[in-house]
Amino acid sequence: MRFQLTEDQRALRDGVRQLLARRFDADALRAAVRRPGRLDRALWRELGAAGFFALRLPEADGGVGLGLPEAVLAFEEAGRALLPGPLLATHLAAGAVPGAADGSVVVAAAGGGGTVEWLAEADVVRGDATGAVELRSVDPLTPLHRLPRGSGSAAADERAAARVPGPYTSPTGVPDASAAVLLTAAEQLGSAVRTCELAVQHARTREQFGRPIGAFQAVQHLCAGMLVRVEVARVAVYAAAVTADPVDVAAARLLADEAAVRGARDCLQVHGGMGFTWEAEVHLHLKRAWVRTHRTGGATESEEMLADALTAGTR
Amino acid sequence: MNLTYTPEEEDFRARLREWLGKVLPTLPAKPSPDDWPGRRAYDLGWQRTLYDAGYADVHWDASPTVRLIFLEETEKAGAPYVGANFVGLLHAGPTIAAEGTPAQRERWLPPILRGEEAWCQGFSEPDAGSDLASLRTRARRDGDHYLVSGSKIWTSHAEAADWCELLVRTDPRAPRHGGITWLAMPMDAPGVTVRPLRTLAGSAEFAEVFLDDVPVPVANRVGEENDGWRVTMVTLSFERGTAFVGEVVACRRVLGELAREARSNGRWDDPALRRRLGRLNADFLALWRLTQWNVSEAQATGGVPGVGGSVFKLRYSHARQELYDAAADVLGPDALDLGRPWTLDRLSSLSYTIAAGTSQIQRNIVAERILGLPKGR
Ligand SMILES: Cc1cc2nc3c(=O)[nH]c(=O)nc-3n(C[C@H](O)[C@H](O)[C@H](O)COP(=O)(O)OP(=O)(O)OC[C@H]3O[C@@H](n4cnc5c(N)ncnc54)[C@H](O)[C@@H]3O)c2cc1C
Repeated sequence: MRFQLTEDQRALRDGVRQLLARRFDADALRAAVRRPGRLDRALWRELGAAGFFALRLPEADGGVGLGLPEAVLAFEEAGRALLPGPLLATHLAAGAVPGAADGSVVVAAAGGGGTVEWLAEADVVRGDATGAVELRSVDPLTPLHRLPRGSGSAAADERAAARVPGPYTSPTGVPDASAAVLLTAAEQLGSAVRTCELAVQHARTREQFGRPIGAFQAVQHLCAGMLVRVEVARVAVYAAAVTADPVDVAAARLLADEAAVRGARDCLQVHGGMGFTWEAEVHLHLKRAWVRTHRTGGATESEEMLADALTAGTR
Repeated sequence: MNLTYTPEEEDFRARLREWLGKVLPTLPAKPSPDDWPGRRAYDLGWQRTLYDAGYADVHWDASPTVRLIFLEETEKAGAPYVGANFVGLLHAGPTIAAEGTPAQRERWLPPILRGEEAWCQGFSEPDAGSDLASLRTRARRDGDHYLVSGSKIWTSHAEAADWCELLVRTDPRAPRHGGITWLAMPMDAPGVTVRPLRTLAGSAEFAEVFLDDVPVPVANRVGEENDGWRVTMVTLSFERGTAFVGEVVACRRVLGELAREARSNGRWDDPALRRRLGRLNADFLALWRLTQWNVSEAQATGGVPGVGGSVFKLRYSHARQELYDAAADVLGPDALDLGRPWTLDRLSSLSYTIAAGTSQIQRNIVAERILGLPKGR
């Protein structure tokens, strides 16, 4: 057992981080907020060229041939950078929708949480989005459509499956539904890592009462709580990536949601009035974290699955 | 990243499991909580059984992964808790192994492993708890002995112990951390008085220890004179780093028992309770993954467990309290019955956010030593 990142995994993570730092830095983030609802197609193709979407597609099918652990690391970085776009839907469509793998085609997906992200910008929509109504999205970087009541259920997915290109299981054998939950958790983890960093940076530099606010225990303890949630979520997400066990995935989801949402809230608190402004990055993390908690069904589903696993005696 | 074990490790697990299956049914009944001679004999007897079967040194000599398997399997099988051997096996022993002289290792380690001598920890004092470095128990040099005077408090298992890992002040003029020394004190030395304290769970789990010119040979000093704080940090990293592994496994077992109890008494129909147990399952699964992560890290760096232990301890001690609160919800009025083991466990879980460093102190450590925030005040 060596439950640590391998050299290759570290290199992959650092590579994605560098690509995103170069192509989607703080200025790009601000620019994106000023043009809400518009996807940067050039960036999308660059992500495709870097293998972001084809990461888990077998090499024989023109993919990178890596697994869930590597995908989780890439999605963690995307979450950290607040990278916008239907990353998950396009990633899951690689191999099923022509052009998804290389980023030339943008894919949105209906089903699961009752909303569709990036419907208007998508070239291909998987699932049944009939009757979807545009919302005023809480997250300026994620345009949302609301699906009519009753759709997004298993039966509706079944019906829709006939009309979408490609199957609903990924080429690597992990069901899409499970991968969707886990990769969403990975994005939540990345966001939690980032808000913890932002809070600590601010606490080190902002001075009140003649010293950095990070010297005050009340602030220190907020930050310590953030780190503990991050590290617990991290091992849950990484372990679920290794085992691909639905119970591990459910646990990862709960802990990552908690780390992201509470982390963003606490980060906002550490920033004081500045945290409440549109200019600070914090609100974007909180809003995106909220959007992700609604993706792929709710937390209740995961909690019930974990409860059932207890009486099944498997866990 | 992988979570699979090597064939040798799996082989170790299989042999251990088979052995536990044979030996556990032959164990005598557990003594009552206040029967200290009985508890001592039981705990040390179990250690002797482990020793005779070749499993005793797993705590110090085996790889971290093998130790993890050992703790996982013994706990899953319901083997006895380390009990009176806690300090000897899990922190005094490792500290002497890391910092002691060859003669000291020869003197103290084999009796711990053979289940012949039990240890306790004399760190805290009435006026020095969280602020351990303010301790005042004095040791003055008298030939080849130190004469120790002062008092210690909250000393777990003091009544069952032969030895005490004792922190004393050897230089009152030195800066706080600079004048402390780590001694191995025999509990039967003249001048040692143990006064049991009753815990809120009703048992005498810890004690006050009064020291009145107790002679301790200079040869019993581990590390240099006045270098005890550094040695203590080694001890505490063991206490916080690895001491809870078996307990996480135990908590996961209890959670399963709770779910089955709820199914049989009808509480399972309450969705709020189900969801709460589901969340606790996520917590303990993740704590187990964190254990595996920390063990892999220790295996890679080959050293003393790092400050990451504080991250673990913080989450674990609170999760454990939530677990037994949930148990009370499952039990209903039976939760008020001290005859139910979960009621006692619920009471003892209250100490987890205090003992071995309070949650507030752990957060200070995380903030200052991991996150690098300025020194707090
Ligand atoms: C069951 C049990 C077993 C124990 N066994 C042993 C043992 O075998 N050997 C041994 O040496 N000790 C033992 N202890 C002692 C334990 O380590 C101390 O109780 C603990 O370190 C806290 O010290 P204190 O009790 O003096 O509380 P205090 O230090 O007085 O703390 C009281 C409160 O103040 C808070 N506080 C204190 N300082 C700060 C600060 N700087 N910032 C924020 N909050 C602060 C604490 O968090 C706590 O909430 C045991 C304790 C228990 C409960």
